[in-house]
Amino acid sequence: MNVVPLPSSLDYRTVDEVLDAAVQAPEGRVLLDGRHVRWVDPNGMVGLLSAGQFLRGRTGVPPRFQMPEHPEVPGYMARMGFFQAAEGILETGQPPSRRGGGESAVLLEITPISTNADVHEVVDRVQSTAGSILSETLRYPLSAVVQFSVILSEVCQNILEHAEAPGWVAAQAYNWQKRLGRHVLVIAVSDLGRGFRGSLAPEHSARFGDRWGDATALEAAFIHGLTRFPDSHRGQGIQQIRKQVRRWEGSISIRSGTARIADVPEWDDSPPLREGLEPFPGAQIHIILPGRVPETGS
Amino acid sequence: MTPLSSPEALRIDVAGLARRSVASLYSHLVTRPTGRAVRLAIESQLAEAGEPSISLVDFSQVTILDFSCADEVVARLLRRYMPDDRPRDAFFVFRGVQEWHEEPIQVVLERQSLAAVAQVADGQLRLLGTVAPEEVRLWRRVEEARSLSPDSRNGGGLALEDLAVLGRLISRRLVFQEPEGPLHALTHLLGEL
Repeated sequence: MNVVPLPSSLDYRTVDEVLDAAVQAPEGRVLLDGRHVRWVDPNGMVGLLSAGQFLRGRTGVPPRFQMPEHPEVPGYMARMGFFQAAEGILETGQPPSRRGGGESAVLLEITPISTNADVHEVVDRVQSTAGSILSETLRYPLSAVVQFSVILSEVCQNILEHAEAPGWVAAQAYNWQKRLGRHVLVIAVSDLGRGFRGSLAPEHSARFGDRWGDATALEAAFIHGLTRFPDSHRGQGIQQIRKQVRRWEGSISIRSGTARIADVPEWDDSPPLREGLEPFPGAQIHIILPGRVPETGS
Repeated sequence: MTPLSSPEALRIDVAGLARRSVASLYSHLVTRPTGRAVRLAIESQLAEAGEPSISLVDFSQVTILDFSCADEVVARLLRRYMPDDRPRDAFFVFRGVQEWHEEPIQVVLERQSLAAVAQVADGQLRLLGTVAPEEVRLWRRVEEARSLSPDSRNGGGLALEDLAVLGRLISRRLVFQEPEGPLHALTHLLGEL
């Protein structure tokens, strides 16, 4: 069995390594070795599902997932709905109890997105969970729950309209005391569909000629708002998500195929564009929204 | 001044329409298919109304409105009834536009260089979308006067440039003009709605 060791911190900074490793894994059954995972965020979990789906599609057999040995991580993954979402995708053995892993509230557990009804369900669900996290934990205004819901709606629709394949979304808030001195809200979205290059190619590849590739397709959609639809009035989703994320001084990045493009705020040291990644299918979106810094003085 | 050929006024409850035309469980205006279904339901109501008609499209009970739905329910609706070959002679006023609805509506209207009359959260009437300052000024004048007769337009202190701007407001369907007759503020035509 081919072993893919998972990083101890399985999050937005390391998940591309896992996706790359899945592509590079030799033919045959794969073991995703999570024994040393001590920290996992929604990007890590959704990325792990994506890697599993990719490997299962390649071999026809679900890869095996070796559970983290850290006492709190499996319980936390269970509460995020990871093991339920992993059914048929990963061989996980007996899933742990959902009660483990501390008592922090789950903002949005891993939710499969395959129809418009799923998007409605996501928006309905966060109405009851996001309000207090956004206002009390992140210190956003009360109305932020609406903008947050719109971000989720648009990002999920991106899966349905462009990927033409199912995907997942998940969100959770964390205390990044050491890293940023603030709480953050992390949103992860992933699909294994056509990717941006495949989605935009019929309409736009000709004009780019030899330059057409994953990075140019991402730039076309992310920066210039191009869309696969000939109707020029569409394609507002990503642009509006970027605008709102910038207002909240957050970061957003999208990987598709061999490239990842990002809006990078001051607090983040990620590059705005990475190329040369392994050709992983679909698109993987990370959004991180930091809490507002409390005003000082009287 | 009461219009001689007063348009038929309709009230369209967007949230109620979404529940009836899409699914009773959906309480938010999100996703393009939902927006499209609501727009088609509005068009279906319009098809049964007289001509011309003026619709009060009410967002009061809508909490979440995403960009895809705003594009369908506001921008595409207006665009469909804008050109000369429109399916029916219909005018629209948007009511109950909350602070958090304004941005999606503004963005989708600007993207298509459209404008709409809206009553926003504080009860004020505003033009949303792409509008020039002189259009806002003249539109406000019509709103305040409720109606402008041809005489008052010609002899009421309106400059030649103002008449051109009024022409733009008419062609953008932000005011209603009776054939060869007076101009009316759209909100004046809503009556008791």
